Amino acid sequence: MATPQQDNTTPLSNDEILRYSRHLIMPEVAMQGQLKLKAARVLCVGTGGLGSPLALYLAAAGVGTLGLVDFDVVDYTNLQRQILHFTSDVGRPKLDSAIDKLTSVNPFVQVRRFDTFLNSENALEIFRDFDIIADGTDNFATRYLVNDACVLSGKPNVYASIFRFEGQASIFGTKEGPCYRCLYPEPPPPGLVPSCAEGGVLGVLPGLLGVIQATEVIKLILGSGDPLIGRLLLVDSLAMRFRELRVRKDPDCPVCGANPTVTALIDYNEFCGIRGEETATPASAAVPEIQVEDLKRHIDANDNIFLLDVREPHEYQICNLGGYLIPLGDLPKRIHELDSSREIVVHCRSGARSAKAVEFLRQAGFRRSSNLAGGILAWSDRIDPSVPRY
Amino acid sequence: MSVTVFIPTPLRPYSAQQSSVKVNAQTVGEALADLVSQHPDLRKHLFSEDGKLRSFVNVYLNDEDIRFLAKDSTPVKETDTITIVPSVAGGM
Repeated sequence: MATPQQDNTTPLSNDEILRYSRHLIMPEVAMQGQLKLKAARVLCVGTGGLGSPLALYLAAAGVGTLGLVDFDVVDYTNLQRQILHFTSDVGRPKLDSAIDKLTSVNPFVQVRRFDTFLNSENALEIFRDFDIIADGTDNFATRYLVNDACVLSGKPNVYASIFRFEGQASIFGTKEGPCYRCLYPEPPPPGLVPSCAEGGVLGVLPGLLGVIQATEVIKLILGSGDPLIGRLLLVDSLAMRFRELRVRKDPDCPVCGANPTVTALIDYNEFCGIRGEETATPASAAVPEIQVEDLKRHIDANDNIFLLDVREPHEYQICNLGGYLIPLGDLPKRIHELDSSREIVVHCRSGARSAKAVEFLRQAGFRRSSNLAGGILAWSDRIDPSVPRY
Repeated sequence: MSVTVFIPTPLRPYSAQQSSVKVNAQTVGEALADLVSQHPDLRKHLFSEDGKLRSFVNVYLNDEDIRFLAKDSTPVKETDTITIVPSVAGGM
């Protein structure tokens, strides 16, 4: 299982010398640096938006061993930004797709695959054979897991995260520097901070941040420049403004502080308040639901049903079921537009926002309101495939 | 005096989509109080029900985290900027 650390003195072949010539002629890299890159072992957690440019550039640069952790399958919504994966890869495991591209970019790179969801049971074992961890995951539970596993195993965590058109990058978990928990001691409660799947992301943004991660990984390997330790880089791609904030090591940090209370990996789903099914919000479990087939029957029978769409106006433009549009956030101040004596069916894209809306409406006395289970996606799946999915 | 508070993307739906807001304050605490009085929808995203700043929201005065300054009572000057830095997890 363990790969022996490659010998720094193994000379490069003539093919490799030609390939890396633009590095070799720079005194900051040169032969010595290129051999460090070749000996380096970097683990990319995730091969999605951040992991794509990150892994591509690390492979191209000649990082000798690249580990990839992913369990996901390529889908059409990935292609707008996950440049490791092509249209012809839709339906394939991301690891298969990633390894094809990385080895064709650079056949000298040894790629190790971890076809799994990183968790508290496997993280330290997977991290063991790598020198640097680059976190390109997409949820808080894995963010804290990667952080704690890096601190516990003494490996730097080259970090970036993205939302819509803004990103953050830093290096956590070095001996002298702060960790992710020093910056954010606790995760937000589930549902308060939207994910990329809910909030959207500008396709080039993970490119920008993933390349910043790759740059920092390479600098750590070369041991040159000023690494992004103790600094949080904020990237606003819309304003195209880069700002830098100081991140201090928290002496009371529960994992990297002087008297740590977290000395082994914990249950990160519990830490992040995720109970059971990640997608099932308490609200959606509690409110009455109607299935799309039943709604279709009511509509066909001309029943007196008021269809309320709580998505945003720009989503309504993508597709709609002819519902009355009041975005969820505007519902409290526009509730007077609704008639509480009528049967109200509320829908959104997938059913999560509309569940919150129904919970709110019922508390406000709209006792005849129900949630369209699965939202417009279920309608497209089971009633009318001409309604586009997004 | 007037200082600028930068609003991050995830919170802009609650600040009428403004990326920065001018507030009048002598301290960081007053600045945040003025901010939520101008944009009440921001309150529950910044403060818990007992009025404490939420632990996944960091507030910076210029480039320094107020937790390492005088927290809410950190004084502000005319040219200062306050930045709200919430944790975001996206990456895929």
